[in-house]
Amino acid sequence: MNGFLALIARDLRLARRQGADVAMTLAFFVVVVALFPLGLGPTPALLARIAGGVLWVTALLAAMLSFDRLFQQDADDGGLDLLALSGMPLVLVALAKAVAHWLTTGLPTVLLAPLLALTLDLPAAAYPALVTGLLLGTPTVSLLGTVGAALVVGARRAGVLVALIVLPLTIPVLIFGVAAVEAGGAGLPIQPHLTLLAALLAAAIPLAPLAAGAALRQAVE
Amino acid sequence: MHRFANPTRFLRLANALLPWLTAAAVLLLASGLWLGLLRSPADYQQGETVRIMYVHVPAAWMAMAGYTTLALSSLAFLVWKHPLADLSARAASPIGAGFTAIALVTGALWGQPMWGTWWVWDARLTSVLVLLFLYLGHMALTNAFDDPERGGRAGAVLALVGVVNLPIIKFSVDWWNTLHQPASVLRLGGSTIDPAMMKPLFLMAGGYLAVFGIALILRIRALYAERRLRQLRLSLTDA
Repeated sequence: MNGFLALIARDLRLARRQGADVAMTLAFFVVVVALFPLGLGPTPALLARIAGGVLWVTALLAAMLSFDRLFQQDADDGGLDLLALSGMPLVLVALAKAVAHWLTTGLPTVLLAPLLALTLDLPAAAYPALVTGLLLGTPTVSLLGTVGAALVVGARRAGVLVALIVLPLTIPVLIFGVAAVEAGGAGLPIQPHLTLLAALLAAAIPLAPLAAGAALRQAVE
Repeated sequence: MHRFANPTRFLRLANALLPWLTAAAVLLLASGLWLGLLRSPADYQQGETVRIMYVHVPAAWMAMAGYTTLALSSLAFLVWKHPLADLSARAASPIGAGFTAIALVTGALWGQPMWGTWWVWDARLTSVLVLLFLYLGHMALTNAFDDPERGGRAGAVLALVGVVNLPIIKFSVDWWNTLHQPASVLRLGGSTIDPAMMKPLFLMAGGYLAVFGIALILRIRALYAERRLRQLRLSLTDA
C-alpha cells in the first residue's frame, strides 16, 4: 500500500515539476473547443445543442494526448524494470498510474469543462449532469487509457496507436455521458445515465488494471 | 492441442484439409446462392431485397466467429505460449475484419431500400463498427513493434480486452430498441424464419465458414513461411 501511494505521489511530483505537460493538455482542450464555434458559426442555439457532445469528445481527445508517455518514460529510463522488480504487483502499478493520470489530466478537465460550457451557451439545467458525468466518466477513460498505454510501450508511432486502440473502447462512456447532458438540458431525469456511467467505472476499476498489469508484464519480459 | 504446436504436423494436417475445404466451399456457396437467389420465395414485406440476407447475415456471423477465433488463439498464446496460436491470431484478424466490412457494406446496401438510409447510429450497427475498429487496432498493434514476439503478446492482450464487445453485439438488439431487427435465427423459443429461407441461409453460412477456414490456413502458412525466412536471414547475418 505504501508503494502504491508513493508511486502516485511520485507521478504527481513529476507532473508538478514538468508542469508544461499538464498545461499543454488543458490548452489543447481549450483550443479544440474554441474551434467549434469558429467552424460551425457562432449561433447560440446551435452551440447550446452541441455543447455536451463537443466537451465530451474534446475531453476524450485531450486525454489521449497524454497516454503514450504514461509508461514510455519509465520504460526508457529503466524505472519500469525497477517497478517490476520491486515486488509490487503490476496490477497495482497500473492502478496507481491511472489514479495519477486522472488527478493530473482528468480532474483539471472536469474543472475546466463548466467554464468552457459557458462559452458554448450550455443550458443551465445541464451543468450538474455535465460535471457529475465527467467526474464519473473520466476515471474510466484514464483506466482504459492505462491499458492502451501499457500495450504500446516500445511501439513505433505509439501516440497515434494508443488513440486508435483506446478510443473505440471509450464509446460507451461517451454515449452515456452525452446522454446525461442531453437529458439534463431537456429537464429529464439524469440519474439512469449517471448510474450507467458509475457501473462502467465500477467494472473498469478491477478489470482495466488487470489487463494493464498483464500488458506491462509482457512489456518488461 | 499441443500436438499441433509442431508446425510440420500442423502444416501436414492443414494441407490435407485444404482440398476438402475448397470443395465444401464451392458446393455450399453454389447451392446456397442458387437456392437463395433463384429458388427461395421473396419476402411478403421486403420483396426481392430479402435476398441480401443470404450474403449479409453469414458475414455478420463470421465477423463474430473471426473475433472468437482471434480471442481463443490469443488466450492459447498467452497461457501456453503456443507458437502457432500467435500465427493463428495474426492470421484471423484481417479475415475477421474483411467479413466485418462485408457485413457493414451489405447491411448498408440492404438498409437503403428497407430503412431509407445507408447508415443509422443504432446499437447493433455501432457495436459492429467498434468490432471493425478492434480488428484494425489489433492489426496495427501487432505490427507496431520491431520485435514480432512482443507485438504478438501485446495484440493478444488487446484481443482479450475486446471480447467485452461480443456480447454487446449479440444482445444489442434486445437491450436497446434499435432500427436493426431483433434476433430471428438464434433466439429462445425457436427461429422465426421460414424453412424455405433457412435452408439457403445455413448453406451460405457453411460456405462462409469453409472460406474462413481456407483463408485462415493459407494465411497461417504464409505467416509461418515469413517467420522462417526472417529467422534464416537473421542467422545468415549473424554468421
